[in-house]
Amino acid sequence: MNLALHYPVLQVIIPMLMAPLALLVQHRKLAWLLASVTSLCAFALAIAIAQLVLQGSSYAYPLGGWQAPFGIELRVDSFSAIVLIIVSGASTAALLAGYQSLAQDIEEDRASLFYAAWLLALAGLLGIVVAADAFNIFVFMEIASLASYILVAGSSDRRALPAVFKYLIMGTIGATFYLIGIGLLYIMTGTLNLSDLEVRILAVEDQTPILMAAGFISVGLALKAAIFPLHAWLPNTYSFAPHAVTAFLAACSTKVALYVFLRIDFFVFQRTLSDHAAQFSIYLLPLAVAGILYGSAMAIREPLAKRLFAWSSVAQIGYIVLGVSLVSQAGLSAGILHMFNHALAKGAIFIGIIVLASQCQQLTPTALNGLGRKHPLIGIAFVVAGLSLVGIPGTAGFVSKWLLIDAILEHHRWSIALLMVVLASSLMAVVYLAKVCETLFFKTPETTVVQPLPKLAIALLLLVSFANLIFGVAPGLPLELANNAASLLLEHTL
Amino acid sequence: MILLDLFHYWVFIAILMMGFYTVIAKQNLIKKLLGLSLFQSAVFLLFIGIAKVDGGTTPILHPSISTEIFSNPLPQVLILTAIVVGISTSALGLAIVVRIKEAYGSIEEDQIQSKDESA
Repeated sequence: MNLALHYPVLQVIIPMLMAPLALLVQHRKLAWLLASVTSLCAFALAIAIAQLVLQGSSYAYPLGGWQAPFGIELRVDSFSAIVLIIVSGASTAALLAGYQSLAQDIEEDRASLFYAAWLLALAGLLGIVVAADAFNIFVFMEIASLASYILVAGSSDRRALPAVFKYLIMGTIGATFYLIGIGLLYIMTGTLNLSDLEVRILAVEDQTPILMAAGFISVGLALKAAIFPLHAWLPNTYSFAPHAVTAFLAACSTKVALYVFLRIDFFVFQRTLSDHAAQFSIYLLPLAVAGILYGSAMAIREPLAKRLFAWSSVAQIGYIVLGVSLVSQAGLSAGILHMFNHALAKGAIFIGIIVLASQCQQLTPTALNGLGRKHPLIGIAFVVAGLSLVGIPGTAGFVSKWLLIDAILEHHRWSIALLMVVLASSLMAVVYLAKVCETLFFKTPETTVVQPLPKLAIALLLLVSFANLIFGVAPGLPLELANNAASLLLEHTL
Repeated sequence: MILLDLFHYWVFIAILMMGFYTVIAKQNLIKKLLGLSLFQSAVFLLFIGIAKVDGGTTPILHPSISTEIFSNPLPQVLILTAIVVGISTSALGLAIVVRIKEAYGSIEEDQIQSKDESA
């Protein structure tokens, strides 16, 4: 038996089976340990899958031996591999760093429930990525969403509750829109398997239902991915969620929705809808630009550090969308690489927030005053992550921004205007980062009670910040995966 | 006549829009959730409606069933799953509403907002 063939399914069922197990372990530390080890396993599997897909292009896994299109199929390729790494890596880092912080937020008797929900969210997100069936994607999406509503509602801040309610309403509307789109596709083609759909959709003569389906699916997934102007749920959800949950979700949940969006759009609709590339960029490009500018502007105005970085996520999603909306090899690979790099930078920043929050009672605008001066190492690691967010040379963020600018220059018509947007928003990012730095380094600390530093969280912060520097100098694996993924998406034009 | 032929699509759209309107327009969180349920149910109807084949019978292979035409069983199976998802969403939503009521003493959206702003 060749175990490597089973990696795609193991990726999903290990966290899924461990979730009820975590529920049975009525002990905070054991449940956390179980969740962390499971998440680490998923990360190792994701790396192994990435190695495998770099050798071959993609491989499918028929569940239970039933061949597609009748059976359910899982499929992994370079694009899924990079997203798998993002999801499992973010989950692992957030879990390891979040133990103490979560212990403050979650009561002892609910801890195992919380970690079970975390594992379900992880299983759902990984499931979305490996599923090759439109309906399975919906089911996994709902598993992931329902579990992450629970995670966000775990916060001890009561403002998390209205935020999560809004998230639930908008997330469900998004998923239902997606389901309507799938329904229309099923009516026209009679299949749900993505690769089967790709072939059968060519035989459909009437384009109107297909166009409707594309619209419903795009809007639904854009809601989940928080693409401007459908980002309304994001800032409050991220700022009031428990810090570790923010680190997890901010790094990966919107990217997974973007992944599904790109995958379905490019695999299914690209060949059948006439003038697909032009339409794709006409709708997405302005939204991306507006998202970048609006998100950055709101981040500058925001006094609360955690909410500030939530707004910056809206802008960064804009960068990813800007890259892919150029519909070129360079643009797509820049966008996909930016998913990875943004996850690294945002992950590090929110892990930094975990560490800093441990030093103050509540994250008020003045609570972080002078904390960087008090703990220089933490401060510097935090700033490195921030610089990666801005895209300073030598950090991971620079590589994808450079590729993005490269792709924009290739795309001749609006290149100057788009370049100005990227430049302006980078300057805005410098401004809001400077604001946080000023709080951290140049303000006198409030007289706070000295609390023990969470060592594991600091170690993770240093590790992820260091990874930002490493991937800034040698972006090897993610860059290769992103390039492969981009050509894979474009190959489906033919 | 073509309008009547597409009867079940019209029902789908009408219910969908009623649900959607309730979600957007109502301030009461429970009403919002009811609207959301309605919104999802409309999609269930869409799927179940398309499964019916003219003159088709229950899709069971049995000697007593002689016709060759069967209704499509797949959409119903899909919707079984989607119904479960819908129930879980409603249950979770209601649980959150209970906690909002505990924390804020209200389930009206504007009152909750004003309480947060004054705090």
